[in-house]
Amino acid sequence: MAQSPEIKNREINIHVPVLARVEGEGALDIAIRDGRIADLKLRIYEPPRLFEKFLEGRDYNEVPDMVARICGICPVAYQMSAVHALEGIFGAPSFDIQPSPWVRGMRRVLYCGEWMESHSLHIHLLAAPDFLGYDNAIAMARDYPDEVRRGLRLQGLGNAIIRLFGGRSVHPVGVRVGGFYRAPDQQDVRALLEKLRAALPDAEALVAWTASLDLPQDTQPCINVALRHADEYPMNEGHIVSSAGLEIPVAEYEHHFREFQVPHSTALHSLLHDQPYLVGPLARLNLNLDRLPEQVTRALQATGISFPSSNMFHSIVARAVEVYCALSEAVRLLEVYEYPFSPYVSVVPRAGVGFGCTEAPRGILWHRYETDEQGLITSARIVPPTSQNQARIEEDLRQSLDAFGLANSDEDLRRRAETVIRNYDPCISCATHFLKLTVNRP
Amino acid sequence: MSGKPKVAVHKFSSCDGCQLAFLNLGEDLLCVAELVDFVHFAEAGPVEPHAKVDIAFVEGSISTPDEVTHIQQVRANSRFVVTLGACATAGGVQALRNLADGGKWIAAVYAQPQYIQSLATVTPIASHVKVDLELWGCPVSSRQVLGALRALLFGVVPAEEQDKVCMECKRNQMVCVMVAKGIPCMGPVTRTGCGALCPAFGRDCYACYGPAENPNTAGLARRLEGLGLAPDDIARRFLFINNAAPAFNEAGLRAKGEAHGTES
Repeated sequence: MAQSPEIKNREINIHVPVLARVEGEGALDIAIRDGRIADLKLRIYEPPRLFEKFLEGRDYNEVPDMVARICGICPVAYQMSAVHALEGIFGAPSFDIQPSPWVRGMRRVLYCGEWMESHSLHIHLLAAPDFLGYDNAIAMARDYPDEVRRGLRLQGLGNAIIRLFGGRSVHPVGVRVGGFYRAPDQQDVRALLEKLRAALPDAEALVAWTASLDLPQDTQPCINVALRHADEYPMNEGHIVSSAGLEIPVAEYEHHFREFQVPHSTALHSLLHDQPYLVGPLARLNLNLDRLPEQVTRALQATGISFPSSNMFHSIVARAVEVYCALSEAVRLLEVYEYPFSPYVSVVPRAGVGFGCTEAPRGILWHRYETDEQGLITSARIVPPTSQNQARIEEDLRQSLDAFGLANSDEDLRRRAETVIRNYDPCISCATHFLKLTVNRP
Repeated sequence: MSGKPKVAVHKFSSCDGCQLAFLNLGEDLLCVAELVDFVHFAEAGPVEPHAKVDIAFVEGSISTPDEVTHIQQVRANSRFVVTLGACATAGGVQALRNLADGGKWIAAVYAQPQYIQSLATVTPIASHVKVDLELWGCPVSSRQVLGALRALLFGVVPAEEQDKVCMECKRNQMVCVMVAKGIPCMGPVTRTGCGALCPAFGRDCYACYGPAENPNTAGLARRLEGLGLAPDDIARRFLFINNAAPAFNEAGLRAKGEAHGTES
């Protein structure tokens, strides 16, 4: 895929990149000349919050509480990538400090909660109104009360899982390096498990419902990137793989992926071997179809949609599949819940470099930390999924607006562009609702 | 349009987590939408940033020139302005850059800092406009936000929690993590409202709800020192989520200053 000349000319390699926040202000500029898109820029002006600098000099124990604040919608993802990276430093095999199987399992349950919360919110409150012709979910709820309520219930159950392990669903307080501060009581687990089991039919129905939406047909072959694990649908662990045959340990990320600044965005762009690539639910599903729980595979097959899919609009179906997958996994793991001897292993800090990469709801979230002997952070690098998807979103917009027809009115182009962008569930979802579209036609 | 009270939810520099106090309400969100008209709430859909409203909830702190202008407009268009959480009320975690050379940081992390629009300091909403009600917390809870909304709809001032986390911890009959386990806890100076969550998890409170009324920060700093914390360690505890709240800012800088004092 060709990069736009602007990107090429202004490309700079940077050595200490920042995590630029990407929720918030977004705008799209399109220049159309001679019936062709001459220029297209997705502009993100979310104020940079410089988290990677805040982390310097902080104790490793403060990191999970600090990085949670990067995103209110997926704080668990930030906590998970961080603790895995730090345990990579402190828990090297020779030190005999590895999180217990209990910790491993419960981290997966916690992550399931966040996927359910984030995906259900996106499907129902952000994306579905596009496909059913409403401006927002509150208006949509008048005509589709059952569907919206079902979605809000699934979102609520996701939040309940996070509360079980972290006390609250936004910036939960239960995660520590080595495991959890507290293990949930058996009776609390049993009470929630009942509700989760009862919701399985809801999640199954959600898959069918998203597949029945009138989704545009727009196939765009592109490189998919996700984690892949030996026998699980990936969340906390695995290698980074691509649809083009890449397979690397997370520590080698920087050898293949390159981040750079473009003038029109406070979020950095990212390329894999100089190509835009896709991360997130659709990429994850395309690359891990054979890792879905059996009943989820059946539900997916029943939709009649064939996966792997290169229709970006199938992302909403992929999200629903992952809600069902996450709920099924949470049920499976909590059914065998046992109160542990200890909810964490103690770690002994030492100097080193560690890498963590986990599957945030929006795609792979990569962290790298350096620590000194006391366990203070000396440098941090965080690559969030939305900045990785930015180049792909711009590429998609060029192709899909072309296919949609540039002769359409500015208003129709704006609506379609918004739908395309929202489809990626960028953390600028909020901003893309008031996408300022400037169409320049001579 | 309906005669329902009009409500706006605005976002400035933030993580979006406090808006989730609405979006995480579940089916109650639909009930709230019956009570009020959300005329501007970009994350939920409605977009009318310049509409006149009865209540404007504001999330995030002010960190760019555009935000300075925008908050003035919000104030002019709103009968009540309510801040939502630590960023809007006290600057939030990103105010940490006020303690460093923010410009230098931006230059260190962006290859082309000239494209980055950013103010020298990060400030809370009340540094720019009059705020009618401040809700503390990182994040605020749905209970707090609905309580405030309900009270304002009734035309009364909502009751404000100013107690220390310690009070709530005792009321919940929890074992004190500092006394029983020697864990350095910020509960004695921190405003409650969270439900004393962290001590319930057997861990230290990290002050995400900001300073309580009349906090004895000097006393706590001495206690933390007694537990063996180094001055830098003590300073970091005050200079965290609510680092720009005056009581914590002073205490943090004092702890750092003492480090210099004893060394020289």
